[in-house]
Amino acid sequence: MTDAAELRSRTRELLAAYPPATTEPLDFLKARFDAGLAWVHYPVGLGGLDVPRSLQAVVDAELAAAGAPDNDPRRIGIGLGMAAPTVLKYGTEEQKRRFLRPLWVGEEVWCQLFSEPGAGSDLAALGTRAVRDGDDWVVDGQKVWTSSAHLARWAILIARTDPGLPKHQGISYFICDMTDPGVEVRPLRQITGEAEFNEVFLTGVRIPDAHRLGEIGEGWKVAQTTLMNERVSIGGMRIPREGGMIGPVARAWRDRPELRTHDLHQRLLTLWVEAEVARLTGERLRQQLVAGQPGPEGSGMKLAFARLNQEISGLEVELLGQDGLLYSDWTMRRPELVDFTGRDAGYRYLRSKGNSIEGGTSEVLLNIVAERVLGLPAEPRNDKDVAWKDLAR
Amino acid sequence: MTDSVAEATPDLLYSEAEDDLRAAVRSLLADRTDTPAALARAESDTPYDPELWRSLGAGMDLAGLLVPEKLGGQGASHREAAVVLEEIGRAVAPVPYLTSAVIATEGLLALDPEVDEVASLLRELAAGRRTAALVVPFSAGPHSVRLPGTLAGTVSAVADAATADVLLVPTGEGLYAVDATDAAVTPLTPLDLTRPLAAVTLDGVTGTRLADADTALAAVRRGLLAGAGLLASEQLGVAEWCLTETVTYTRERKQFNRPVGSFQALKHRMAQLWLEVVSARAAARNAADALATGSPEAPLAVAVAQAYCARVAVHAAEECVQLHGGIGMTWEHPAHLYLKRAKSAQIALGSAGEHRSAIAELVDLQAP
Repeated sequence: MTDAAELRSRTRELLAAYPPATTEPLDFLKARFDAGLAWVHYPVGLGGLDVPRSLQAVVDAELAAAGAPDNDPRRIGIGLGMAAPTVLKYGTEEQKRRFLRPLWVGEEVWCQLFSEPGAGSDLAALGTRAVRDGDDWVVDGQKVWTSSAHLARWAILIARTDPGLPKHQGISYFICDMTDPGVEVRPLRQITGEAEFNEVFLTGVRIPDAHRLGEIGEGWKVAQTTLMNERVSIGGMRIPREGGMIGPVARAWRDRPELRTHDLHQRLLTLWVEAEVARLTGERLRQQLVAGQPGPEGSGMKLAFARLNQEISGLEVELLGQDGLLYSDWTMRRPELVDFTGRDAGYRYLRSKGNSIEGGTSEVLLNIVAERVLGLPAEPRNDKDVAWKDLAR
Repeated sequence: MTDSVAEATPDLLYSEAEDDLRAAVRSLLADRTDTPAALARAESDTPYDPELWRSLGAGMDLAGLLVPEKLGGQGASHREAAVVLEEIGRAVAPVPYLTSAVIATEGLLALDPEVDEVASLLRELAAGRRTAALVVPFSAGPHSVRLPGTLAGTVSAVADAATADVLLVPTGEGLYAVDATDAAVTPLTPLDLTRPLAAVTLDGVTGTRLADADTALAAVRRGLLAGAGLLASEQLGVAEWCLTETVTYTRERKQFNRPVGSFQALKHRMAQLWLEVVSARAAARNAADALATGSPEAPLAVAVAQAYCARVAVHAAEECVQLHGGIGMTWEHPAHLYLKRAKSAQIALGSAGEHRSAIAELVDLQAP
């Protein structure tokens, strides 16, 4: 059993053999992966050492102290947070060896081809078709809300392989080569003026059967692993007071007394309290996780932050008065990283409208809380036992 | 974040001992409280439950949780008292725990324990042999409280005064202990049927002076701050009961050939309420922990908890009435006891507005 002391000494050996000051960052990251220090809870040979995830902090602390380069997790978040755990759980040995190392070191960026124009909250209704042709699958359809599609080498893709089965049963899960000539990526301009996301058109895209993850028809089950990991990777950080969207408004209030009115004061204080309570709720959830008593509170945090971000940024625009009439810049661009609290109040107000839509709408999350946490009965459904091809659309 | 208020990391969880305490209190309250009896008592001459109080206060040694052991108490903290209040809120139990074991006791703890009258009164309160009420209107908060100039006149809407053995009267001349039989205590008709209110008339009363004027004001503020902070836990208990009861009812109640709780229009409201209850728990635990550790952040933690939890309890009780439909509007169903407790508690110990104004000062978000 590898303990903290042994991990520390392994990390120091790595640092001695590849001094960060004189090693190319990519070479260092490859050496770190090969030493099993990338994600220590992964198996030996795949960047890990098969030890508890909590020990990663030991490695990270040593590396940070030595000024070692990191793999810029924000740039490759979809690969790290969603593709990797799914490849690890459902991939063949060959797939794991081929994909995980370039993914982790950041040589290959990943994106996610799940949502479609006709399948948002009802993701299982997706209509992108994958038809078997010899050793390949031929894929046709349209995906949407794909961040990083224009940078990605690979995509995780779910597509319909049997329209004659009920919708959850006829889906399979693939790894799609984004350089295939049938893949067309178009920026999707948002209400902020910029394009964080893309539309992806798939026309006769050929995917070798060797790039299927999991069994044929098991794609919905495989996708649950992906989506579960998306939710786990959100949260877990301690936020300082005024750390979120409330920070810029509170600073504006303090710095610009000429903007203050009694009405805005009451609304600001009410939202300040709610932001502080949301912070404490997140902190309580974090303490529960550390104590090994995970609660269902996580499902609710996204709901709370979506509403708060919208209300606070809305108040900020009003507080600014005549400056609130202005917007920094409508120029269409494709930002590589997204910062919800970045830019100006108008941007924050518009961008936060997405917070109650992306990663599960607030309406769907309320259903999840009501049914899975409170145990309320589901709405009667008429789509579960009907062949996908016979569903209304 | 301003520099004047240091940020600590509060313990927001419940310890094992606190979970055990909760289980014991809940089981006692489940055995000893029921709706028909509560309704009958509310309209009787004894609107509180003296026997239940004896079991809780003296029997389970809960009256002295905040009192140090050397003064005959349990030497526990606001964290444990908060757990007791969650359960009292959940049962809307008519006992003077918040008023005597928290507010009056905390006020006395601000006084000099070398004074014999202070120490002996604390011993009696801690043992549950007597109860005390701080003679200020129940609406007075730690920031808004105003004291009468002298030991005279009438103070209205004093919570649990009719059950109290001792009245603690703060005035501009100091803090007095007055034997309840020496004052004229007139029961009032309260909106909250489970928390008796009375008018206390002090004309011609002498009492025992326990502290000078400055100490009196500090003691009152300390008592009301602890009271406001722990009232948040009582409000949490009220809100939790309302949510649980509403979920249970809407799972069973059928209209249009299905449980009404399966309609999204209703379940979204309950999910929203759940989120508020979860948030109220974090705010209430934060206040209890800050009071327990004597954190310099306690005034802010209390103000945040009161500004938040008061509204959550009212919202939960109002949703409880609405989502129960007609039955929720009846005298027979207990929902109204929770609505009345929640609505009164919203005014008690400082309004949300008072607490928000305090926050404005504490975190430098000044009024125009």
